[in-house]
Amino acid sequence: MSDVTAESTLAADPPTKVETPFQRFRAEFFESKIATVALGVFLIIVLLAVLAPWITPQNPYDLAQVSVMDGRLPPGSEAFDGYTMWLGSDGSGRDLYSAILYGLRISLTVGLASGVIALLIGMAIGLVAAYAGGRIEAIIMRIVDLQLSFPASLVALMMVAALGKGVDKIILALVIAQWAYYARTVRATALVERGKEYVEAAQCLGISRFRIVFRHILPNCMAPLIVVGTVQTASAISLEATLSFLGVGLPQTEPSIGVLIANGFEYMLSGRYWISVFPGLALLLTVVSINLVGDHLRDVLNPRLKK
Amino acid sequence: MTVFIIRRLLQALLVVFMMSVIVFFGVNIVGDPVYMLVSPDADQADIEAAISRLGLDRPIWEQYGLFLKGAAQGDLGNSFIFGEPALKLILHHMPATMELAFSALFLAIVIGIPLGLYAGLYPDGRLSKGIMAASIFGFSLPTFWVGLMLIMLFAVELQWVPATGRGDLGSFLGIQSSLFTLDGLSHIFLPALNLALLKISLAIRLTRAGVREAMGLDYVKYARAKGLSTRRIIFVHVMKNILIPVVTVMGLEFGSLIGFSVVTETIFAWPGMGKLLIDAILQLDRPVVVAYLMIIVLFFVLINLIVDILYSILDPRVRLQDQGA
Amino acid sequence: MSAVLEVSGLKTHFFTHAGVVKAVDGVDFTVSKGEIMGLVGESGSGKSITGFSIIGLIDPPGRIVEGSIKFNGEEIANAKEERLQGLRGNRISMIFQDPMMTLNPVLRVDTQMIEAILAHESVSKQTAWERSRDALGLVGIPSPEERLRAYPHQLSGGMRQRVAIATAFLNKPDLIIADEPTTALDVTIQAQIIHEAQKLTKQTGTAMIWITHDLAVVAGLAERISVMYAGRIVEQGGIDDVIDRPLHPYTVGLLGSVPTANRRGKRLFQIEGMTPNMLDLPRGCAFGPRCHARTDACGEQPLIKDIDERSLRCFNPQRAAEAVK
Repeated sequence: MSDVTAESTLAADPPTKVETPFQRFRAEFFESKIATVALGVFLIIVLLAVLAPWITPQNPYDLAQVSVMDGRLPPGSEAFDGYTMWLGSDGSGRDLYSAILYGLRISLTVGLASGVIALLIGMAIGLVAAYAGGRIEAIIMRIVDLQLSFPASLVALMMVAALGKGVDKIILALVIAQWAYYARTVRATALVERGKEYVEAAQCLGISRFRIVFRHILPNCMAPLIVVGTVQTASAISLEATLSFLGVGLPQTEPSIGVLIANGFEYMLSGRYWISVFPGLALLLTVVSINLVGDHLRDVLNPRLKK
Repeated sequence: MTVFIIRRLLQALLVVFMMSVIVFFGVNIVGDPVYMLVSPDADQADIEAAISRLGLDRPIWEQYGLFLKGAAQGDLGNSFIFGEPALKLILHHMPATMELAFSALFLAIVIGIPLGLYAGLYPDGRLSKGIMAASIFGFSLPTFWVGLMLIMLFAVELQWVPATGRGDLGSFLGIQSSLFTLDGLSHIFLPALNLALLKISLAIRLTRAGVREAMGLDYVKYARAKGLSTRRIIFVHVMKNILIPVVTVMGLEFGSLIGFSVVTETIFAWPGMGKLLIDAILQLDRPVVVAYLMIIVLFFVLINLIVDILYSILDPRVRLQDQGA
Repeated sequence: MSAVLEVSGLKTHFFTHAGVVKAVDGVDFTVSKGEIMGLVGESGSGKSITGFSIIGLIDPPGRIVEGSIKFNGEEIANAKEERLQGLRGNRISMIFQDPMMTLNPVLRVDTQMIEAILAHESVSKQTAWERSRDALGLVGIPSPEERLRAYPHQLSGGMRQRVAIATAFLNKPDLIIADEPTTALDVTIQAQIIHEAQKLTKQTGTAMIWITHDLAVVAGLAERISVMYAGRIVEQGGIDDVIDRPLHPYTVGLLGSVPTANRRGKRLFQIEGMTPNMLDLPRGCAFGPRCHARTDACGEQPLIKDIDERSLRCFNPQRAAEAVK
């Protein structure tokens, strides 16, 4: 059935209009309403985080702007300084709306930074394995397999247990926990591509191995890497929040969303739900929107699933 | 075959050794536990006494050597905080964690498989789409946040079950567990559900994929051609085919349940190994951290070893592939 | 002879994303009691879909859109599922193409045979087991007790197909639809299976529709033959008539492309072109573009004509017959 469908869509395309792969990708991506909305939500979250200093009523970490008198106010209360705390305030009197936007800055920075670094390192190692082949490839892939047999959360936990608190250490821990996913993705693509005839043809033409890896294998890895990258970034953000919530991630001086949720936890049992719930919702929106985008990217970029 | 098992065993040993180096040196580079353990007004002599008592004055490689020697004899050092052997502490907390992990696995199977079955049988139904959407959420929601919401909803708002702690222990067939008392069950419900969430999603997806595949196969059509009832086709012909792989995969996830229980135990103040680990990290109780991590590594390496060997017995192709690589 | 099955004007269409596939598009035939009818055509000609339509196993996006299927005088096209379920495996049985795929790999042979009896009759398990054993004996399976305890993968392909045939005859049905039951088997086994099937229909008076793409199989087995092309029956008649004196150009082509001893060394006849795309059938006669006897008249859809106890869909039967000579 899928063959039939493919033929007919090809036939339906007007022959005069030639789409570039990117145009085609864009058109297919925005076909899904859910993914479009998710992408929009994520971009708004990023925008809010970037613009935080200009659009929040207070800088929650400037002690001069925070008053303990405002502590634990429910949503909608009026602050001592006269503005409305739409999301309430936390235990030390910080406006939650402001705290969440500032917290998102930290969470997103940690998530994106560790995602990009892990991608670059994992990709490099995967390419080295693909380029070198033989023993080196076998050893690298053994290590990758070994690491992937542990859940990423456990690896990250081990790392923070060893490294301690701090933004740089968390990023390092997340990179160590996640590089293997990227390496595996690159290696898997390389294996498929290496088996294809055009690589054999290129080898017969005397094209160097280096060139084959970078000009032929690497471009083919981009689509799966993007998919893995989105999902892993979402999981990095979520992991950082988890570690910070457990008290072994970021310190109080770097209040990411996870730290905010942890701070609100003690008030939850007494019914002051908002201190934990609103930061939690912000985290939820971020992670779910990235995952939905990633899910759809997988459908669009994976040629096997193409209708 | 024997060669294969011996090779795998040696590899496993190597992994455990490597991890012990990483874990030990990693953990021992961070922070200085002495300042947490002696009172702030202690003088230099007190501090030095504490340091030598804990063996912290020796060079780190010597500490590692002692650790390794002890580890070989089942001694992973004494907790700085409790003064007890770290291994004993962990083993003492292990039953609570196992109990939680087993309950979660059980919930994942009894909730996930029926939902996955339904979603696989009626893939276009409204309820099925709801189930699949929920499973996407199950995959992407951070466990700790879901835990908070569970506490808020069931313990604070509805007050159906207690929020934290482990309930009374009961004894059955010589096994002590909180699963055997009503109080215990009411305590374990929320943490087990929380821990199970991710695996429920996994079970739903696996079952659904299996059912959808099986329903298109000839043997199902043949069973229908024999005039069998839909009930019998689903529960005998289809389920028997997909239950084995699904339950196997779920069993393999047991290790990751133990790993994830760190988060759940902390939220629900569940007195298991995971909570012990977080407390130990926060208090710089190095021997306990190292001991926990070593036990977990051992646990995972063992699970992987068993799986590898099982696969190689079941599927000779795995062995060939291994030699080819 | 009374008719067991009367199919008239049957249309089964598949509503796919790409368009409507008219897999069966106006099929008429009758099967009398105890008669074996061969239903011949290339893959995709709609012969299997015709079989599945009769037994009511057309899955969405396909459905019977028109026509009537009378089984022992009762209209069963689009009948209620309960009614069809009662008939399937009981009054109408089916044998599938690939015995490797049709028996459920995780259920023993006895389970799969006994359930076919118990689905339609309330007899004891013991009785059902004895009947299964006797049925296996009838199709020439040695030591049937042992085979009943086996799992399908412990039996050879031919053995499995015998099990399927025995199962089909278990409830002494009035009609058996055999969907290419020998295609997946070795030639020697094929001959044995055909022999068993023929013997059993004689003994029990069961009518049979034997679906195949292999004219040679039908020639030795069936009494009447229907040739299908692109969802329609193009020629129908007594087996000897059709094989000795084919009238439709497609039948002519099919027969011409069977290698036989008396034409050794001569070039085999070939049907030009490809099987048509079912989504985009040519106007008029679907075989037109490939037909060597084509005339202008073929731009219209030929209707069924009865010539000498034979029905035919062709404007130029004479030209076709001459072209081959």
